[in-house]
Amino acid sequence: MRPVQRADGVRSLIEAQGLGISLGGQPVLADVTLTLRAGEIVTVVGPNGSGKSTLLRLLIGAERPDSGRVIRAPGLRIGYVPQKLAVDRTLPITVDGFLALAGGNRDERSAVLERVGLEGLGRRQLSALSGGQFQRTMLAQALLRKPDLLVLDEATQGLDQAGEARFYMLVEQLRSELGCGVLMVSHDLHVVMAASDRVICLNGHVCCEGTPTVVSAAPEYRAMFGFGTQGALALYRHEHDHDHGAHGHEHGHGHEHAHEHGDHAPASGTAP
Amino acid sequence: MTLLDDFLVRAALAGIGVALAAGPLGCFVVWRRMAYFGDATAHASLLGVSLALASGLPVVLGVIATALAMAVAVSAAAGRSHSVDTLLGVAAHGALALGLVALSLLSGVRVDLLGYLFGDILAVGRGDLLVIWSGAFVVLGLLAWRWRPLLLTTLSEDLSAAAGVDPRRERLILTLALALLVAVSLKVVGALLVTAMLIVPASAARVFARSPEAMAAGAVGAGALAAVAGLAASAELDTPAGPSIVVVAVALLLVASALEPAVTRRRRRQAK
Repeated sequence: MRPVQRADGVRSLIEAQGLGISLGGQPVLADVTLTLRAGEIVTVVGPNGSGKSTLLRLLIGAERPDSGRVIRAPGLRIGYVPQKLAVDRTLPITVDGFLALAGGNRDERSAVLERVGLEGLGRRQLSALSGGQFQRTMLAQALLRKPDLLVLDEATQGLDQAGEARFYMLVEQLRSELGCGVLMVSHDLHVVMAASDRVICLNGHVCCEGTPTVVSAAPEYRAMFGFGTQGALALYRHEHDHDHGAHGHEHGHGHEHAHEHGDHAPASGTAP
Repeated sequence: MTLLDDFLVRAALAGIGVALAAGPLGCFVVWRRMAYFGDATAHASLLGVSLALASGLPVVLGVIATALAMAVAVSAAAGRSHSVDTLLGVAAHGALALGLVALSLLSGVRVDLLGYLFGDILAVGRGDLLVIWSGAFVVLGLLAWRWRPLLLTTLSEDLSAAAGVDPRRERLILTLALALLVAVSLKVVGALLVTAMLIVPASAARVFARSPEAMAAGAVGAGALAAVAGLAASAELDTPAGPSIVVVAVALLLVASALEPAVTRRRRRQAK
């Protein structure tokens, strides 16, 4: 895989340029432009119905845009972690059988299961997994593809907070190990933001984009990461570099400012 | 006199040939909830019969062409203004009615209507056997060739798109396989009962299977057993052969379902 070399020298794994799509006559996304670089964790946050999942589906190629285009680095391998799978009860398949669809030999499959903390569960039926085990299986499947880009769609839905934190911690470790880019979607911006390099707020269009810089660099932040919502109090900078026009957002424009999201409790989180 | 001279042996071989292809294909029909889709395709075959008879083409070709046209038309129209369920109902019964009308309009051709509706397995000749077994092998070959991508799209179209497998292509392959199967099994069970040979053995096999492959193999076994036992019963009781085969298949499914709680209990004990 060769990253896309852009005129400004930035190497990106995947780029969206002016994406727009209507589904069932309803406009879902308009003029969405974003870039994701290798080794970067980007989170798309937004309310339900803001087009987050549609954006991911456009990026992975499951949906075609009405306007704009998606540029992938040549040979880009995507590891996709879906929100859920409609595993029909009529389809009997073991965890190992499912992983085999993604590739890898028996040893690789059991190694990746161990990596996501599911050692020994290969013979379990997919339909018999708990929510957390299921998400880890999806992650294992994505890892077996040796991805350049991990794409996670609301991957922690249905997990409790501790499980959620563990899941994101794992994603962050994997990013370091594999050097892959990570693109996540969430409507729960608290926890997920803490694990991100960059956050994109989406609501039919890109509202704002920024870095939870200050906090993510601090060691206290890493120690605190994920243990309760406090860990999510990332400050992030909005860069209002575009005109909202008719969208009617009440943001201050023309300057950079820091937002604090949620209750700003003191950093007293400890491991549960 | 060779074995193939016996009409019962030819009938049994025809039934086993159909079961061979219908087993694995039927699994996909069950997993993807395509039973009604199978009905629409099968019913369209009657129209194909009349078109073929009117134009002097081989019946098999006419059936494949109309079954395929029906399947493609239904796939394309799905998701427009009517629900898929309604659309398939209209297509299935509309095609059946149209086929019956078209058959009645054929002047100067004596048509064995009951044979096309319920099959005429006892009249299977050597030529028919050749068509059935080659058709079955083509269907098996298609499924074996695309087994993993087909399973992946069945589990999740998004996962498959992310892996670079176009779900639409896999759907088209299944559609093609279905049209072929309808064409070759028309003689054996008839247009009205083709879907039964797809879904009943597969559902019976589901109870005992722990992997997709095991379910496909089990469906072949159940289908072949139903064909042979159904033929024997039909010879003994002087009942129509096609429907007798389906009755035996349903009986197998009922027995399997009755055993299901015991199978589940045993598995739970083993898992502990």
